[in-house]
Parts: sequence; structure tokens; C-alpha cells
Amino acid sequence: MSQQQLIEAMSTIKEQEALAIAQDMVKQGADPFAILEACKQAMTIVGDNFAKGVYFLPELVMAGQILMQISELIKPLLKEASSDKESLGRVVVGTVEGDIHDIGKDIVVLMLEVNGFEVRDLGIDVPAAKFVEAVREFDPQVVALSGFLTVAFDNMKKTVEALKEAGLRDKVKVQIGGGQIDEEIRRYTGADDYGLDAMEAVSFAKKVVAGGVQ
Amino acid sequence: MSQSPQELFAEKEARVDTAIALGVPDRVPVTCMTGFFPAYYAKVSLRDVMYDADKMIAAWTQTLRDFDFDTADNPFMIRFLGAIMESLDYKQLKWAGHGVDDMSGYQFVEGEYMKPEEYDEFIFDPTDFMIRRYWPRIFGALAPLAGLPPLREIITYSMGLANFAALGAPGMREVGLALIKAADAGQQMGKNAAQFAGVIKEMGFPSTYQGFTQAPFDTLSDYFRGTLGGMMDMFRHPDQLMAATEKMLPIMLRLGLSTKQRGGTKVFIPLHKGLDGFMSNDQFLRFYWPSLKALIEGLVAEGLIPVVLWEGECTSRLEIIGDVPAGKVVYHFERTDIFKAKEIIGDRVCLKGNVPLSLMVTGGPDDVKAYCKKLIEVVGKGGGFILDAAAPADDAKPENLQAMIQAAKEYGRYA
Repeated sequence: MSQQQLIEAMSTIKEQEALAIAQDMVKQGADPFAILEACKQAMTIVGDNFAKGVYFLPELVMAGQILMQISELIKPLLKEASSDKESLGRVVVGTVEGDIHDIGKDIVVLMLEVNGFEVRDLGIDVPAAKFVEAVREFDPQVVALSGFLTVAFDNMKKTVEALKEAGLRDKVKVQIGGGQIDEEIRRYTGADDYGLDAMEAVSFAKKVVAGGVQ
Repeated sequence: MSQSPQELFAEKEARVDTAIALGVPDRVPVTCMTGFFPAYYAKVSLRDVMYDADKMIAAWTQTLRDFDFDTADNPFMIRFLGAIMESLDYKQLKWAGHGVDDMSGYQFVEGEYMKPEEYDEFIFDPTDFMIRRYWPRIFGALAPLAGLPPLREIITYSMGLANFAALGAPGMREVGLALIKAADAGQQMGKNAAQFAGVIKEMGFPSTYQGFTQAPFDTLSDYFRGTLGGMMDMFRHPDQLMAATEKMLPIMLRLGLSTKQRGGTKVFIPLHKGLDGFMSNDQFLRFYWPSLKALIEGLVAEGLIPVVLWEGECTSRLEIIGDVPAGKVVYHFERTDIFKAKEIIGDRVCLKGNVPLSLMVTGGPDDVKAYCKKLIEVVGKGGGFILDAAAPADDAKPENLQAMIQAAKEYGRYA
């Protein structure tokens, strides 16, 4: 069983097949990082297919499920090996105060992580002060604010203002996303960008760390 | 010259019904999915209106006095929920004063209220599954029902009479008391809903819809399996998902048809999981659309009018979803390209919508009027169009709702 077969099975969302291949690879003593690398390549294909409109949320969710199970499988092996994984950058993510929706946010977190970002997920119903605190501690390049309800408009705005008051606004780029979010709301909240799906969160974060967002 | 409420009612009803039948009314009808807007407008807390019928009626009628919509939403069955949810310790919503602050609308608590391994039990007997497995999970006060034997086994003197013993189990007396409280609250809701229906009729407003149902796939995914569960089941349990959806169809159809017994004609069907991004067109055609189409056709066959709210966006599915009886169905769009919809399905389906909430909440009246003007000129061309907000207008600026009404009156005349 090879890395290539794992990439093929996982990127075509064949769950049982992918898990069986990963188990075989472990049994044959494959390098756990090679297995992880295969998963990462598969997730890149899944992400590309999502961006192209070939795959949709169900495929992203299933790929995430497969990834989670394979990660569990090789976790014991990874502990022995070193954990010097390179990080592309840091992102703070959370659903703003007054809003408890988490599905979209969770998918954003998953896709950022598999694309090499270190993510601090603040959860749901997150007050502005908690975002400020997290930015201070974690020093991210990007803050991603999620919200499904219209009540989120004002609380996103408040969060952006709180970052400004804390003197942190220039240190981070803010992206917003979810439900009713559009360019109108981006302007209203004072965010730098808005995204319509998880892959737009990834491409924005990549652009920011590459210095492409002024 | 002022019109009597009866004349107003007849005029508004004809305007809306003509548009639904794809005809050309006197002008473009303007309605509004107001959500909790009337509470914000009347400056009463959402907590107050969810528990106090008088306050709810006062806020909603104040709104109707000030905003000349062509229909009115009756808020009682889906918003006056405080007492009944309280009595049952309902778990699937957080509401004003109960998990969210007094001025916030209610929010749904996603969960896996049915496990994938329970599909077969559900498919075998959905009602039994609901009473003994699902209710105990969504109503804290009904948790002891989980200990009951199946009620279907109580058949005759020789089969099942001893099963009544289970009603004496610990906690069952409290279940009984909770059910009595829920019954009282339910009766109150019904009375208030009828009262409100009378009030708006006297004011000259037809009601927007008189019944409610959902797409079979959505009911399963929203309330039983969860959004993610529904998605994963398409890969892991496709056959059971299909079978459960088919089982749900007649339940949803009868729920919708009950509108008729109340003398109503319009059935509201908000859609959630079949939108662009939530599944591919292949998945839509396999898992979602067949049972929704059957539901729509079943309602139309009985003389009812499905008012389908396509939340989110479904521009990629316009070719598919146009396959419904012509002139009998309303599609309310949120983010779908409604201009494209006019081209593709405008000859079969009355289109409704879709002034963006971003504009309604953060824009000004001029922006709103400009957007409405374009909608009226393009989507309203030749009739078959109802102007409305894209989604519940909860915290829209009042002047923006007025601008939407003005736009219909100023730009929407057909003659």
C-alpha cells in the first residue's frame, strides 16, 4: 500500500478504503510523517475541488472525518518522532458575541489547519475582549470573525473597534464570513476582507502572510 | 377617499394572489418577512413578546398601522413560544431570557438528536421513535418517556394492557404535569393566533401564510441527525437516509395539508440543507429534490400554495427546481440570483424577495429604493413578482422598510 493510493482514496472520499490503506501502511512500518503528508496532499486536492465547485461541504466534512481518524491512528507513532511541524502563520478564529453558530467556523478551522496554519479557535459567542486578549497572547497575522445572524454585524464591528482601541488593529488583518456577510457588511464592520467559504479563508490567510494584503 | 378594511383586504389579497398566479396585478405587491422586527420597532424586549400575548399583539399591530404591507405575518405559532418551551424544558432553542439576552432572537441548538445506528428504528416506526427516543432528548421534562415500552404493543385485553404499568414508573407523574402545562400553553397559543388573525383581518391585512411544513430531508437533518450528520450520511448511510426521507414525506405532506382544515391556502416551507454549497447537484437530485418536489406537488394537488423560502443561495439549481406546477408556487429567494431566476423559471414560479439584509440593516433608504427599483423593473416585469426582504428583517432600519414599501408604490404600478 502506498502513499499514492492513500491520496487517491482520501481525495475521492472513499472512507473505508482510505482507513484500510492507512492501517496497512502503519502495519508495514511506514513513516508516520509520510502518511500525514499523503493526507495533506489529499486535503489539498479536496480543497481545490471545493474551490472549483466540483466538491461541496459534504466532501469537505467527510475528508475532515477521514483525516481525523487517520490522525488518531498515527498519533502514538508521532509522539516518538519530533514535532517540528512548520507553521505557515497564525490565525485567531471565533464566532462573535451573540451568535452560537459553529459549523461554518469549524470547517474554516479545519481547512486552515490542514493548510499549515496554527489556529486558535475561541469557539462561539465570543466577546470582543476575548479576541483582543487572544491577539495579544497568540500574535496572529489574521483574525477571522464568523457570524450567521444579523446581530453579528454589530458585534463584528465592535470587535474590530476593540482591536483598534487596544492598539492591535494594525498588527492583524481581519476577515469576516458567514450567513448574510457581503461587501456592504465588510465596509460596515471595518474588516479588511470577507469570505464566502472556507477556502476563501485559506487563500486570504495565505495572501496576508505573503505580504499581499495592505 | 378612504377604503374600508374589507376593501383593503380584498385589494391586497387580489394583488398578491394575482402575482402568485403569474398574472399582472395593479402594482407589485410588497410584503415583509418581519421576524422579530415589530418588537424592536415597538421597543419591547423579545423576552416580553415571547411570553406576553398582549405585548406581542400590541407590537405587531403597531407595526401594521405604520407599515402598509400587502400581507401580515401571524407571529403566534412560531414566536410566542416562551411558556410552552419553558413547560417542556425544550432543548433545541436558546431564546430571549433563556440562554440569550432579552433583546436577541432565538437560536437553534444543533445536535445529533438521533444516532446513525437508530435509523432502522426510526424507519420501522417513526412515531414510536419520536415519543420514546427523540422527545426525551429534546424535552427535558419528558425524559422519563425513554423508559416506556412501545405504545403500539398496547392492542387488546390479551396484548399490552399490563404495559400501562410503565406509566407508574418514577418521574411519570411529573411528565403528566408537564404535559398538562404544555397543553394549557398550546391552547393559549392557538387562541392568540386566532385572535391575531381576527385583528389583522379587521385592519385589512390578509395573512402571509396559514400553515407550515418542511422539506423531508431538512426535517431529518435539522432536527434529528444534525447538519453534519445529514452530510456524512450521504456517504456512510445513503440507503437509510433515503428510506428515512421517504418515511418523512407523508408526515410532512399531512402537516402541510392541515392548513386546509384551518381554512388556509398558503403553506410556508423554509429550506435549509439543499442550497448551493451544501450539496452537489447530483446529491440534490438524489437525496433532496425528489421528496421536496413530491411535497410541493402534493400540496398543490389539494389546492394549497407552497411558499418556499430558499435560504442562502441556489442559483446553480434553478434549472432543476423550476419543475413544479405553473402558477401555483411561490419561491422566496435570499441570495439566489433572482434576475437569473426570472429568466429561467419566471414563467412557472412567482418570485419573491430579495432585498439584502445587509442593505436593510446598514444601508440608507435611497440604497434600498434603488435596489427595489431594479428588482421591480427586471423581476417584476410582466407580473409574477412579490417584493420582500431577503430574510427575516429583524433588525432592519424602519426607514428602510418604509423605503421598500414606497418603492413598490412609486415604481411598481403596472397600468
